[in-house]
Amino acid sequence: MPKLTIDGTVVEVEPGLTVLQACELIDVEIPRFCYHERLSIAGNCRMCLVAMEGSPKPIASCAMPAADGMVIHTNTPEVHKMREGVMEFLLINHPLDCPICDQGGECDLQDQALFYGFDRGRYIENKRAVRDKYMGPLIKTIMTRCIHCTRCIRFATEVAGVPEIGAIGRGENMEVVTYLDQALASELSGNVIDLCPVGALTSKPYAFVARPWELSKTETIDVMDAVGSNIRVDARGGEVLRVLPRLNEEINEEWISDKSRFACDGLRRQRLDRPYLRVDGKLRPVRWQEAFDAIAARIKNLPGRKIAAVAGDLVDCEAMVALQDLMAALGSPHLDCRQDGAALPAEPRSAYLFNTTIAGIASAGACLLIGTNPRREAPIINARIRERYRAGGFQIGVIGPADDLTYPYDHLGDGPEALVKIADGAHPFAEVLRASETPMIVVGQGALLRGDGGAVLAAVRKLVDTCGILRPDSGWNGFNVLHTAAARVGGLDLGFVPQRGGKDVAAIVAGAEAGEIEVVYLLGADELPMERLGGAFVIYQGHHGDAGAHRADVILPGAAYTEKDATYVNTEGRVQFATRVCYPPGDAREDWAILRALSDALECSLPFERLADVRARLREVNPVFAEPDVIVRAPWGTFGGTGEVGSEPFVSPIENFYMTNAISRASVTMAECTRAFAGKSEKKTGTHG
Amino acid sequence: MSPAGDGMGAAEAPFSFSEANVERAKAVIAKYPDGRQQSAVMALLDLAQRQNGGWLSQPALEYVAEFLGMPTIRVAEVATFYTMYNRTPIGRHHVQVCTNLSCWLRGSDEIAAVCRETLGIDFGQTSADGAFTLSEVECLCACVNAPIVQIDDDFYEDLTAESMRTILDALRAGQTPKPGSQIGRTSSEPMGGLTTLTGGDGDGGEARPTGES
Ligand code: SF4
Ligand code: FES
Ligand code: FES
Repeated sequence: MPKLTIDGTVVEVEPGLTVLQACELIDVEIPRFCYHERLSIAGNCRMCLVAMEGSPKPIASCAMPAADGMVIHTNTPEVHKMREGVMEFLLINHPLDCPICDQGGECDLQDQALFYGFDRGRYIENKRAVRDKYMGPLIKTIMTRCIHCTRCIRFATEVAGVPEIGAIGRGENMEVVTYLDQALASELSGNVIDLCPVGALTSKPYAFVARPWELSKTETIDVMDAVGSNIRVDARGGEVLRVLPRLNEEINEEWISDKSRFACDGLRRQRLDRPYLRVDGKLRPVRWQEAFDAIAARIKNLPGRKIAAVAGDLVDCEAMVALQDLMAALGSPHLDCRQDGAALPAEPRSAYLFNTTIAGIASAGACLLIGTNPRREAPIINARIRERYRAGGFQIGVIGPADDLTYPYDHLGDGPEALVKIADGAHPFAEVLRASETPMIVVGQGALLRGDGGAVLAAVRKLVDTCGILRPDSGWNGFNVLHTAAARVGGLDLGFVPQRGGKDVAAIVAGAEAGEIEVVYLLGADELPMERLGGAFVIYQGHHGDAGAHRADVILPGAAYTEKDATYVNTEGRVQFATRVCYPPGDAREDWAILRALSDALECSLPFERLADVRARLREVNPVFAEPDVIVRAPWGTFGGTGEVGSEPFVSPIENFYMTNAISRASVTMAECTRAFAGKSEKKTGTHG
Repeated sequence: MSPAGDGMGAAEAPFSFSEANVERAKAVIAKYPDGRQQSAVMALLDLAQRQNGGWLSQPALEYVAEFLGMPTIRVAEVATFYTMYNRTPIGRHHVQVCTNLSCWLRGSDEIAAVCRETLGIDFGQTSADGAFTLSEVECLCACVNAPIVQIDDDFYEDLTAESMRTILDALRAGQTPKPGSQIGRTSSEPMGGLTTLTGGDGDGGEARPTGES
């Protein structure tokens, strides 16, 4: 291992590290613009210059491999002077318009200029001006500020896999553009805003909204998909203004999807801010007590088997456990958290988890995607698969729609037929899986939410056995279910599924239609065929006036994910806590508290006084809730339904990435994205296998 | 005229290689290891430019990108970086006047003036009949024979106002003037004959006499 001296400290580093990385190891800070640890090395900004003994010229530390015996100085007057020189050059064409720049206050260039800038300019020629570019509804560009670090180009090409940004022209005429000024068609495009070290790429929806120092910053969890990305929510005066990623190496690294980042304006629109009651066919605002009384009047004396509950996609575990307990108290066995009807078993736990884990994708040797389009269902996981593909030696097969996933793959078939063939070993891809030490398969909801979902799952289970997806010797578990709903795994962990003799969601809808079910409790469930609920009395508890609220007879206004301290379990089975950023609007309340109050009105009080009581109940129902932020390995078991698989092709449940839940449907920004991108990412490209 | 973006997006005629060019392109690609076909991008852009009347249209860029299986923006980066790829239509003859130091010291101002006057256009313009495009270029790396003008693929060296005019007139008349030195030099030997190494029977250092190659 190379040993080098940095500012008098001897440090031994892994071979292959750069001088800059070696400096970081001992907390010596090196200024940089183009270097980014998750992107390839460009070495073009020259801000990271350091002095090396024996070298007549300064070296770019980000591009220089650390070698044995190097003596590096990062803090001498000479080094300072070099950096001042670089900074002066960078600022020659920079407009210095910090007062009107959205990056102000969180700008690398501004910060570095504080240390290495000169207090006046010596450049008296004309500065160059650059035409602003169109990059879509999310990214605002002021290209005169660009310092040509090429981070955005490398991100789009390497991580996002949409090589659409480039630098055209040369020298002074170099400009960063998207080809033909097209919108950047990536579900991860917003990350270039964070990457851009200056104010050239900023957030369009957030333009001129706030200054960073005015914001209160809260670390929490995203619920736009089942990934559980770690986010930081910035708010001012009780209003969520923007969402940024937070580093979590095991989940989202430092990226988030555009929906996670930009759907937050949906939190301000279409909100349910007071209880409503349907009177003479019209929803009328009422006080909490009136709403509860109406429910009590309808439910009291009703046998439990005539009541049913469905939990939606954004619901937190606290609310689900409270509703579950309330349903038990009312004597109803009809509950389901799989509102899409996916054939997910509640047992064993490993049957519905992404067992390989998100970070584990990096060690997979081959991959089979079944009925899923991860690019639309979980862009962060798709980026991981792409990262693994880029590392080489990774064969990917797809059964299902042949969409552009940003990496090449073998398209093995459209529907269950190909799946059965592989499971029977009658397809060459079975050999690919068997030959790998660490094969993984990803089963999407598209494969499960169909009539033959149970049979498909059984076929998958068989494939797991015949193709060696589990390797007991090494402990490798390559079986993965990719969820699309943040609430789903939590619901299954709690057993929010039909109890003994209970109906699942399809039977609940059919029962309501037939009049057997008289009361339906929709806990944030908006993706049901509402028109088929017949004459049932529908209680909708949730935060947005979406499909559920429109059908409801009583509306109980709840809190969105930024408005409550809540527990979510991601697709890997990782328990995480969301933190309240601001209070729910108007009369709306935290969801478990609403259920607690309702239980009083129904004279079957839930024994919860504080959040801690609900959390204790969660741990009691399932001990995994006692171990937040970690992966608890789930034991393997048998699962899968019976029957024959059909022949219809698999389709992804997500047609439009930008609108998948009540919040994103209420978001103006997501509506703009839908207009700009609808159907575009489906365009086939040269990467198709 | 910024090289960036100009001509992009305009409605342009579709483009595909002629059969002969497909063969040529394949031969170029074959020079590189498998999977490295993108290395052939510059050669293919050149073929495309020649076939397309001296400039690269957007369909031409896209065709080359598809031919090589690379993103169009990467091809656009190459095509806009190098000044010898033209991104806007040009005349049948591309007259490129070097105005860098050596040529300037040897009278490029006058040469440029002759071009302007004879062709009736300024730098960056194309004559109305589409016959000529006049450009100002940086050092053409033939300074010893300055002043230099490159017309299409040929260098015209040791120019004077007179010879420049003759060349342009000949081109306009549809003839092909003789490229190279216009004062009879073979390459870059001294104008007034040899000044050193004149000995003849020397020790291996004998210079080649003028006129032989
Ligand atoms: S736009 Fe920003 S990220 Fe992209 S090259 Fe310019 S400065 Fe770098
Ligand atoms: S950070 Fe090293 S050259 Fe930019
Ligand atoms: S200066 Fe004209 S060729 Fe070099």
